[in-house]
Amino acid sequence: MTDTSLALDPAEMPSARRLPGDLAIWVFILAEMLAFAVFFASYAFARSKDVEMFNFYQQTLDRNAGAFNTLLLVTGSWFVVLAVQAAHRDDSRAAARRIGLGFLCGAGFLTVKVFEYAAKFGAGISLSTNTFYMFYISLTFFHFMHVILGMVILAILWVKTRQGAYGSRDAHGLESGAAYWHMVDLLWIVLFPLVYVMR
Amino acid sequence: MSALFLNPAHRAWLILMIATGVTWWLGEVGAAGTTAIVALLAIAFAKGRLVILDFMELRGAPLMWRLLLEGWLVVVSSLILLAYWISLK
Repeated sequence: MTDTSLALDPAEMPSARRLPGDLAIWVFILAEMLAFAVFFASYAFARSKDVEMFNFYQQTLDRNAGAFNTLLLVTGSWFVVLAVQAAHRDDSRAAARRIGLGFLCGAGFLTVKVFEYAAKFGAGISLSTNTFYMFYISLTFFHFMHVILGMVILAILWVKTRQGAYGSRDAHGLESGAAYWHMVDLLWIVLFPLVYVMR
Repeated sequence: MSALFLNPAHRAWLILMIATGVTWWLGEVGAAGTTAIVALLAIAFAKGRLVILDFMELRGAPLMWRLLLEGWLVVVSSLILLAYWISLK
């Protein structure tokens, strides 16, 4: 009996509605998401002024790389939510291992993106080539920086988790960092279809 | 096998992987126009919601936070839809 109730995530218990992580991280996440919302809308409205040009240059993007990167971020996010679940069970070893796997998914994302950028820059494409590439480069690079920040956070969480900093009594720090990592995933889930696929 | 259905994170991951494949496929076949855009936005919306509810674990969070994040998805999808609708006119 006791075991079952301990294994339950506090969030899943009735009448115990709680926000995972710290309030401050959620305020920060919302601010970041607001910035991206403005960016996404700017892209969509800029496109409406020159649909043919946007559609033409969109075909030069590497959709396979974009889709593969979505799989990497989704899987990275999955590893990190499993890390949080392991921490709630006081299994720091499993939690740390999963954070490490999440970090590797992020590294995979950056690698694919670097090759993608190299191909584009190698073809002489830059921010000033046209409006489409201006948006493509700035939007994806802005997101790229967020993946890097997310990975820095995961690296810190990995070290702290290995030290046993998070457990069933308190995993706030881990939950906060995890929430940020999921935001990076969430943003790419909108960015990929918007910039690479929708036409 | 049952763990796949008991843990919402596993279920979310599986659906997210498949949905990403569908988005990629719509790109491969060159889907364009209103139907394609609505389909792609609907998929992105469903995927975003899974991330919010099962990865960020906001399913059991105070309603305000859940609505703020889900509201972001609604606003972003609506703006994109509006911009594409304008472009189709």
